[in-house]
Amino acid sequence: MAALLELADVDARYGPIQALHGVTLSVEEGEIAAVLGANGAGKTTTLRAISGTVRRDGTLRFAGRALHGGPDATARHGIAHVPEGRGTFAELSVWENLRLGAYSRRASKEDFARVQRYFPWIESRRSQQAGTLSGGEQQMLALARAFMQRPRLLLLDEPSLGLAPLLVTEIFRIIRELNEQEGLTVLVVEQNAHIALQLAQTAYVLEVGRVALAGPSAEVQQHESIRRSYLGY
Amino acid sequence: MSRGLVTRLGVIAVAAGIVIVLGFRLSDYHLGLGARIAIYFIAILGLNILTGYTGQISIGHGAFMAIGGYTTALMSYYHHTDLLLTLPLALAVCFVCGLAVGIPALRLSGVYLALATFALAVSIPQLPLKWSKWTGGSNGIRTFTSPGNNWLYRVCWICAGIAFVAAWLLLRGRTGRAFRSIRDSELAAASSGVSLPIYKTLAFGVSAAFAGVAGSLFVLVTNGYAQPNEFGVLLSLQLLIGAAVAGLGSLYGTIVGALFIGLLPQISTSVPLIGSGHGQDVVFGLIVILVMILLPNGVAGLLGAIDSRFKSAIKSDPTTS
Amino acid sequence: MLGLSRKTKVSTGASLPVIVGIAAACIFLLVGCLVSNIFAQQTVAGLAQGAIFASLALALVLIYRATEVINFAQGELAMATTYIAYQLTLWHVSYWLAFFLTLVISFVLGAVVYGVLIRPVQHRSVIALVIVTVGLFILIDGLVTWKWGADLKFMPAPFGNNVYHAGGVSFSRQDIGVLLVSILSVILLWVLFQFTKLGLAMRAAALRPAAAALVGIRVDWMLAIGWGLAAVLGAVAGLMTEPSQFLQPTMMQAILLYAFAAAVLGGLESPAGSVVGGLAIGVFLNLIGQYVGYATSELRLPIAFAVLLVVLLLKPTGLFGRRQVRRV
Repeated sequence: MAALLELADVDARYGPIQALHGVTLSVEEGEIAAVLGANGAGKTTTLRAISGTVRRDGTLRFAGRALHGGPDATARHGIAHVPEGRGTFAELSVWENLRLGAYSRRASKEDFARVQRYFPWIESRRSQQAGTLSGGEQQMLALARAFMQRPRLLLLDEPSLGLAPLLVTEIFRIIRELNEQEGLTVLVVEQNAHIALQLAQTAYVLEVGRVALAGPSAEVQQHESIRRSYLGY
Repeated sequence: MSRGLVTRLGVIAVAAGIVIVLGFRLSDYHLGLGARIAIYFIAILGLNILTGYTGQISIGHGAFMAIGGYTTALMSYYHHTDLLLTLPLALAVCFVCGLAVGIPALRLSGVYLALATFALAVSIPQLPLKWSKWTGGSNGIRTFTSPGNNWLYRVCWICAGIAFVAAWLLLRGRTGRAFRSIRDSELAAASSGVSLPIYKTLAFGVSAAFAGVAGSLFVLVTNGYAQPNEFGVLLSLQLLIGAAVAGLGSLYGTIVGALFIGLLPQISTSVPLIGSGHGQDVVFGLIVILVMILLPNGVAGLLGAIDSRFKSAIKSDPTTS
Repeated sequence: MLGLSRKTKVSTGASLPVIVGIAAACIFLLVGCLVSNIFAQQTVAGLAQGAIFASLALALVLIYRATEVINFAQGELAMATTYIAYQLTLWHVSYWLAFFLTLVISFVLGAVVYGVLIRPVQHRSVIALVIVTVGLFILIDGLVTWKWGADLKFMPAPFGNNVYHAGGVSFSRQDIGVLLVSILSVILLWVLFQFTKLGLAMRAAALRPAAAALVGIRVDWMLAIGWGLAAVLGAVAGLMTEPSQFLQPTMMQAILLYAFAAAVLGGLESPAGSVVGGLAIGVFLNLIGQYVGYATSELRLPIAFAVLLVVLLLKPTGLFGRRQVRRV
């Protein structure tokens, strides 16, 4: 069976600077895949290339169809992208943020109920301005909004960024729940390799815009250089 | 002397030569038009110092021209002051007015500065209507003497020459560097010791002084009449258009900007496509929009781009190495 | 609609002293109206004029919020669309049908202006944007003068010339009608933005274009719709101006200037502020004109702009603006 998302030989550039050099990766339906790497390795750019927020070349296939067009078209195809820094609408209310998540389809009461099952605190904060939430709450709101999109694939960019360890654990627990109970496919970019490898079934390690290592998480975890450079043991 | 400087001096010499030769060749009507272009040149030069070099937008330079123009008209009408003497006076008055506007403008930037200066452009020309007892209201006030077009052409272009040299001297030195650093980044300028209040206010003052001289001469080319209508919002808008077409931050482009706003209305009147007199606005508006969309850095930017492409073509050509 | 099922919190962004000040001003006006008939008449006439300023100011604010452009051509667009309505009535279309047809045409016109002229320069400097709208100003002015001429034109009056008397005060039907139509259009727009999915998407696209695209919003379309709606508001302002000034190419120029002052007074980013600002300036100018002998009609514009300058210097965010957390 073909993978849900396939990238073959994808390049991406910011003006004259090439950030990705022939990246190839695939994400199976129902799995969690992680992209690891140092700062500037091209992790974020990989997600941007998928959602079309950066100029890219190469073959990108999603659910058997070629992906092209801008970020709005990608979103309508069923890919939700939670960017680095969360991308919540700080000026709008929590509730409006959720409604925006369901922008490209008709949202039902059920959708909101499901969101509340995973993020119970949201109900009591619905009319609060999103910008006044704490960092962890904003990250969860971004997740909840992406979930409202009912995506077939969720792209997550550094969900742990700037959060306290306890919150990071909480967020990754929710991601795992969404994956296991809702069958949500996730491609997560993470600086924190340790927690990402625990979560993901497959992992890709990027170095200066190229895939340096790929395979099941357990194997990647055992790899000598990974352990030294990212896991620290 | 560097090669660049020699070319520039050459260009200036050729331009000056053309101006002088035209002075002997043109008809009386066209001398008047030539004088007008010199006036636009001075005003755009001033606006360019403020907007192009210091990065402070102004849609209000018509107001400074009005102040300069009324200075000349009032002095000449009531005190019979020699017209040439009113020029430095207009310069001084507008310099002070510019400083006075510059101080509050320190608190504003971007669109807000645009709106505030626009408010000046609208309000100042209304004031002579209010004080019509002294200023003649909407009929305007006339200078005691009004010189002919030949005299005007010479005086205007001499002033334009002086203004150009003054601007060049000002911008190439320490002050010019301070201006440009403010345009590029106020934060970086301030942290490297450039005093924002002093230099921004100074830029307003100098810029207004140029506009004042231009306004003063402007009154002379309109038969010596200072009228509120002549200094309306459209004049301010034209100056900004001229500066943008010239390429903000380019002294040499200024002449193109002056020619553009001086000649285009004349040329577009005769465009057969539309025929009637109102066609000029249609053509003028269209060209302004097209220039802005197609030439982001004005004509000067276009020339610069051609120049650098030409140079890189020479560099990459193996036969020249 | 899901949003309607819940109470939606509406925040104006006005601080407490501002609200108190506005309340005090309202009480002052109310007392004045009860005490003096002339005061009441001038206040109502001022509100009617202010409603027109408010419509145009709101159009400016809509566009500023969506695309950070100060549209100097807003008034000319409004003027041009009013001429379109005039042309329709010449073809024997009834006034109100012409009115609504004109609104539709303005919407298309506004959206096209955005797509063709503004989008190419949108990410350039403030100066470039200002100049493009100035060019559009001159272009529209030329086109209208060329097509219809610079002389005065007349259109059937939508509200008739009746005058109502209430306790010694006379209100023209005209003023009341203008006030009602303007206020109604503002309310409809508010409902669109606050309670519909389209309105929400438009706000999102204006606030955070990148994030909006990621949830599937076609940002360019939303901005074009914003420009279209602004043009519709402008058309309402133009059509409501016509009965008192008649049609001429310069009819909206002064009104645009008052609308600038109103928009800045309310805070360039605040729709509610621009409406309050417009009404305030309309009433203020009328009362000053009535009671302050020195403030003759030549000083109307300078006074409005003195207000603008004072607001910019003392409180650049305007009465209703909140301190902006600007994206960099």
